[in-house]
Amino acid sequence: MEWIQQIVNGISLGSIYALIALGYTMVYGIIKLINFAHGDVFMIGSFVGFFAITGWNLGFFPALLLSMTVCAILGVIIERVAYKRLRNSTRIAALITAIGVSLLIEYVVIYFRGAQPEAYPKEILPAKSFELFGAKIDSQSLYILLITIVLMVLLQFIVHRTKIGKAMRAVSHDQDAAQLMGINVDTTISATFAIGSALAGAAGVIFGLYYIKIDPLMGIIPGLKAFIAAVLGGIGIIPGAMVGGFILGIVEVIVSAFGFSSWRDAAAFIILILILIFRPSGIFGKNTREKV
Amino acid sequence: MKKSKSFFLMFGLAVVIYAVIQFLLYNGILNPFYENTLITILINIMLAVSLHLVIGITGQFSIGHAGFLAIGAYIAAIFTMKLQMPFIVALIAAGLAAAIAGLIVGIPSLRLRGDYLAIATLGFAEIIRIVFLNWDFVGGARGMMITRMTDWTIAFICTILTILVIANFTNSRHGRACISIREDEIAADAMGINTTYYKVIAFVLGSFFAGIAGGLYSHNFYIIQPGNFGFLKSFDILIFVVLGGLGSMSGAVISAILLTIISTFLQEYSETRMIIYSLVLIIVMLYRPQGLMGTKEITQLFQKKKSFKGGKQYGHFES
Repeated sequence: MEWIQQIVNGISLGSIYALIALGYTMVYGIIKLINFAHGDVFMIGSFVGFFAITGWNLGFFPALLLSMTVCAILGVIIERVAYKRLRNSTRIAALITAIGVSLLIEYVVIYFRGAQPEAYPKEILPAKSFELFGAKIDSQSLYILLITIVLMVLLQFIVHRTKIGKAMRAVSHDQDAAQLMGINVDTTISATFAIGSALAGAAGVIFGLYYIKIDPLMGIIPGLKAFIAAVLGGIGIIPGAMVGGFILGIVEVIVSAFGFSSWRDAAAFIILILILIFRPSGIFGKNTREKV
Repeated sequence: MKKSKSFFLMFGLAVVIYAVIQFLLYNGILNPFYENTLITILINIMLAVSLHLVIGITGQFSIGHAGFLAIGAYIAAIFTMKLQMPFIVALIAAGLAAAIAGLIVGIPSLRLRGDYLAIATLGFAEIIRIVFLNWDFVGGARGMMITRMTDWTIAFICTILTILVIANFTNSRHGRACISIREDEIAADAMGINTTYYKVIAFVLGSFFAGIAGGLYSHNFYIIQPGNFGFLKSFDILIFVVLGGLGSMSGAVISAILLTIISTFLQEYSETRMIIYSLVLIIVMLYRPQGLMGTKEITQLFQKKKSFKGGKQYGHFES
């Protein structure tokens, strides 16, 4: 019954990827920008959660909320300062700026607190384990899955049932037409960044809870993998990012279980390249015809 | 006639630079530290110019150049250290191996465009790095010990060759086809240019010179480790090209020289260096997205404005 165990681990890892991937996919859907700094927002979220729990003795859920709020503000600042001017420039310029912002966040954090890692306190959540079909399941994994599902349901609600969600869908469909219909495009884009970054912040706290060790460069690899998850599911499509995240998490855990743990990162990139070559629009994407 | 005149002018300039620096090194006015810095500058120029061919001329946004650097570095090291071949043979093998890798990576990924191509090249570079990390023959994560063989002369010759080949390629029929792909791929396709062919050619040529630079790079240090070739290295090379101006070879050369000197002085403050790098990158992109030189070459700055016969040599971005 080791397989069920591995699948559970994969789902926990996958929910972290899925939460980060949602931010990538929403931002890409609305302004067609790969927000490389998203992985670093995730890192900041993890550190905010860490300081809230160890420094201020907050509980897990207040720390989660605080980290989500800080990340939402950070996301909006990044958008307003760096990306807003680039809306009409070339894609290469936008991509390079995103890389620049990512490096800036990483090294400003290293500059102020050093590159040494930090260990998340254990036992912030009750850690019991119980047997299910012969597999030992940690209650932490269940909490992680539960938090992820709640956040995803909330996101679906915001996107499909609220006014700002409707505006977001309209802007991602056609920015100019949305503006002509009286939608405030700037506010909508900022809201998208805020929501995406808040999800990344939550993922950061969950990551700390699950993996204990956090450091200022931790955002790079999960960020890239979340991007792969977003591409896998079809970039710009919200359910796609969730499914892509879970698939990627499970694949990685299975590759490790076969004893190739040092090839885990390569597996993710191989998935990326295969999907880009054979189905660039992703699992849920529709093929779009190239227009002149 | 005019072209060959400027060619000999540049060639003469290169010989003079070489002679002066060789004289200074020979007399001990420049100590080995400076020689090392000079070699690093030359290697960075080679990397910048080879990436300039891919990004600046052909307009294909590749952020995985460090992968080809890694292949060149490791293949050259295997040839000299394990097979006891001469250094020149190792350099050529490094270039060829990187070119073959460029072909293998380029054919599938160059079908993609823009952001997707960038991510795919990044993915390939990471896969290359992970392969070296898991290959015990070359030492895995511990790295590989290497005798220092790169000297100033061979680095200079390789750099001049790189610049010469890529400059001539750019001004040839093939180069013009590549520029047309950069300006508008669909229009180039419609004009009967085999876009995939030219994109792959530019990519392979860029990889070839990155491979040779890798051979020089690995023999300039005493040890190489897969960690030296992560995506931060790719971004370093990218910054040279972007800062110099997408489409300007002299811009790439100038920014490679300047940034190498700056980062040598800031070596002890690596965080400060990265903060400055990233701020420069953001500010340049926000206020001067075409880079310092745009698509102009430095020789064009000294020419008076006159109407070019048969159109300008380089296209101009109108953004």
